[in-house]
Amino acid sequence: MTSGRQPSGRPQRQRVVLAHRRGTRMVHTRAEVQEQTDVGDALVRGLMRAQLGLALRLAALVFGGLAAVALANSVFPALSAVTVLGIRLNWIVLGLLVYPVLYGAGWLYVRLAEGAEQDFLGVVDEGAGEGADGGGQR
Amino acid sequence: MNSALTVSALLAAAVATVAVGAYGLRRSRTTSDFLVASRTVAPHLNAAAISGEYLSAASFLGVAALIAKYGADALWYPVGFTAGYLGLLLFVAAPLRRSGAYTVPDFAEFRLNSPLVRRAAMAVVVTICLLYLVPQYQGAGLALNTILGLPAWVGPLAVAAIVIVNVVGGGMRSVTLVQAFQYWLKLTAIAVPALVLVFMASTPRPDLAGPMPPTVAQQTTVSVDTDVVVEVVDPAGVTVTGTVDGATVRDAPLSGPGPHTLAAGTRVILAPGAFAPVVQGAPQSGAAWIRSGGGLGGPHPLYQVLSIIVATFLGAMGLPHVLVRFYTNPDGRTARRAALAVIALLSLFYLFPTVLGVFARLYVPQLLMTGRADAAVLLLPTSIGGLAGQLIAALVAAGAFAAFLATSSGLLVTFAGAVSTDLLGGRVRDFRWAAVAGGVIPIPLALAASSFELSRGVGLVFAVAASTLCPLLVLGIWWRGLTAAGAVSGLTVGAVSTAAATLLAVTGWVDEDALGGWPAVVVGYPAAVTVPLAFATMVAVSRFTRTSVPADVSRIFARMHLPERLGMGVERVPRG
Repeated sequence: MTSGRQPSGRPQRQRVVLAHRRGTRMVHTRAEVQEQTDVGDALVRGLMRAQLGLALRLAALVFGGLAAVALANSVFPALSAVTVLGIRLNWIVLGLLVYPVLYGAGWLYVRLAEGAEQDFLGVVDEGAGEGADGGGQR
Repeated sequence: MNSALTVSALLAAAVATVAVGAYGLRRSRTTSDFLVASRTVAPHLNAAAISGEYLSAASFLGVAALIAKYGADALWYPVGFTAGYLGLLLFVAAPLRRSGAYTVPDFAEFRLNSPLVRRAAMAVVVTICLLYLVPQYQGAGLALNTILGLPAWVGPLAVAAIVIVNVVGGGMRSVTLVQAFQYWLKLTAIAVPALVLVFMASTPRPDLAGPMPPTVAQQTTVSVDTDVVVEVVDPAGVTVTGTVDGATVRDAPLSGPGPHTLAAGTRVILAPGAFAPVVQGAPQSGAAWIRSGGGLGGPHPLYQVLSIIVATFLGAMGLPHVLVRFYTNPDGRTARRAALAVIALLSLFYLFPTVLGVFARLYVPQLLMTGRADAAVLLLPTSIGGLAGQLIAALVAAGAFAAFLATSSGLLVTFAGAVSTDLLGGRVRDFRWAAVAGGVIPIPLALAASSFELSRGVGLVFAVAASTLCPLLVLGIWWRGLTAAGAVSGLTVGAVSTAAATLLAVTGWVDEDALGGWPAVVVGYPAAVTVPLAFATMVAVSRFTRTSVPADVSRIFARMHLPERLGMGVERVPRG
């Protein structure tokens, strides 16, 4: 990391060349985030909101689904009499099918959450990987 | 049962545990090694270690026992135990790791900048660890008593001794390897008997869903250890010696169908083909057992199930020994991957206790009339017979022992980590003394605890965790408005309410039938009430004290939520 903890006040903006990276990049958005300016704070809040929204939606889906299974079993006892391949449906659902669903929800979260972080890094490191000239338009 | 074979298997499990731990010890030198394995554990190794640590006596023995006893509704326990890691992955894993803390109390101080919150969190961590050690020790006592006939105090002492040696020796770094090894040992030990039984029981399949309780195949003698009320559908073939319904009898048949009270010390002999009496409250007929919606004994089954879902889904987020493992990941991204891998490993494991629970009802139904249904997994291999049966029995015993050792080690590392850094000087020597103390304290508690079902005991610990550390972490990670006062009040309300419920549930002071059964069921399954209460307290008190939100909250949040590449992270280390 090039820019450490600067003393108070706004430091002089510099173009920094990182030796073993894919090209050079403008670091001003990154600095905004690291120095907790209003812009940087807004970016962090945006990332958090995205991650929390994703987590809440997935949790509501899975938790709601489980609660619905419990409720259905209690309201419609006849469901317990259904058999598939000689095994009761309620046992198949709770003993077997739930687990792939849980893993799938987790897998989806990891994928989407990492995607959101990549997007965030893309915004912060404007022009990352866009050639050796720094890529900034402004 | 061949005890020489079983003893060698138990010794092998213990020796392997100490040996793998000693291997890790060679590289344990610094305090960071002891607390967080210097944060270098790869996700797949860490996932195996987390699973190995997490699958306790309750999972290895208790789940199958509950399924044998209560049927379909007991399936919610393994589902919840697994779903808890989804909750942990969604809300806690990456930000917790990125906070750079090394224990849960350290996270509390990092987030709220208040030594008071740190101490409150430490008190909760210590309580949860000690409470959770009790069922582990209890399971060890039950196991050694069941398979070797040893007195009940031998198991707790043996487990405590091995675990203390291991933790004192190597701390987190050596425990990581031990626990990863123990996951695979436990998986083998539970999968082999389940698969062998499935293979053997191909035809003809007995009717599990029939109108009557299960029958015993051969003459079976059952000794009653604690007073129990059993429900008898058909008394033919049941003879009793001891105290029945207050009267002393000798080799007498039961007076007729209906409930009977058997006093401790009574011996029941079941003739071949006799229907096994079943503990009152559990489903009697196969039809009731296989059906969902019957609950786990007692009134209000739907409430029970929902409360179990809440406790287990949120409880894993508040188990300090699980959380501390997430600090050993190199970064937030690997923390997520480890949590996801844990879901896979647990899903695989929990298929087998379910199968064993079903077979336990078929082959060892006599356990359903005692408070010792938890022994079902240990006794099942004897129904296989022959040398194969003996070998499998020894393997299962070793797996059960691994379960006690792994969970106890993790709890003790966490306990010692919290106590040594927060109460003592934070040096390696303090860690070791704390580990000795934490290993010894639960022994008398385990001996005093009555024959409380292991899974239910663990379920109550989950309720404590879900009502204390879970709201602290979830609100601390996602809500900037949390204040120190709010956190402390929420922790206190959650801890006091669940501790009161646990106490009342264990002592049985609440009348089962009072006020439509609601007080009893809430005390037995408190999470659905106490979790919202704890969250509401934290939010409400924080709103009233909103002026005391830490000034640098933005920086703290940036550190928890930004990827490590931005260089915001700081690894915290103990003062010592």
